[in-house]
Amino acid sequence: MNVPHLPILNETIRNLYFHVCMWFGMMILFIISFIYSIRYLSSSNHKHDIFAKAFASVGCYFGILGYATGTIWASYTWVTDQGQSLGSILKEPKLIGAAIALLIYGAYFVLRGSFTDIDKRARVSAVYNIFAFAMLFPSIWIIPRLVGSLHPGAPGGEGGNPALNFKDIDSRLRMVFYPSIIGWTLLGVWITTLKIRLQLIKDKILFDA
Amino acid sequence: MLRSLFTFNTLLRAGILFFTFFLSSISFAQDKVEMADIMRSNGKIYVVVAVCLTILIGLFIYLFIIDRKVTRIERNRE
Repeated sequence: MNVPHLPILNETIRNLYFHVCMWFGMMILFIISFIYSIRYLSSSNHKHDIFAKAFASVGCYFGILGYATGTIWASYTWVTDQGQSLGSILKEPKLIGAAIALLIYGAYFVLRGSFTDIDKRARVSAVYNIFAFAMLFPSIWIIPRLVGSLHPGAPGGEGGNPALNFKDIDSRLRMVFYPSIIGWTLLGVWITTLKIRLQLIKDKILFDA
Repeated sequence: MLRSLFTFNTLLRAGILFFTFFLSSISFAQDKVEMADIMRSNGKIYVVVAVCLTILIGLFIYLFIIDRKVTRIERNRE
């Protein structure tokens, strides 16, 4: 596939199919987790709690992968030949916001681990999951748009949603980008179903014994 | 006082500190060197390779962890 020829980015524009899709997958998995948390609160069905936890954990993993790939990408495009170090480059509103969002989700698993009572754990962590999902929006979507950032989507650049803005993204990229979002997300959903089935079998053994 | 200065712990800490300085001096030296390393050759295509490999290795590790959990359950059932 041919890609637009851009300075600084060069061939790394192809990372759009990997790095950006990781965050898209994370967002979709977190949305599903959020829905299952609400469903747990309205139904008190224990299965919904297992679903919410599995989707949140795979979403977190995708977020960590997105962060790692973003670091690699930034260290060869944002660091130019003017003698900056990677450490000074990574003090970025978008990166700090993403780290905060992932840490809030990390606290979700710590919270889950601190309960011994299953029903109480499910109810409190469902409420916390809804809060964590709500915190996702200011930390990764709103604040990086308000302050200056090297990351696409900040004021001063094209603005709007990076990679989804129709004036911004090339149609040649879109032809691979949209299918790859679907593909990576389906891979994440498949891994999540493995985790869910594993947990259901574990619970079944526990109740049988 | 002098004895506590040379305990194993303080020596270890000093060693780690020295090692960190050493590492950071190496990485600074590399920053100053020309940018014609492998990652910046061929239109930076190896950055894409690195990103791709990071995701693949990450997902493989995750799947291996899940596989180990399944094995543990299988062993417990017998």
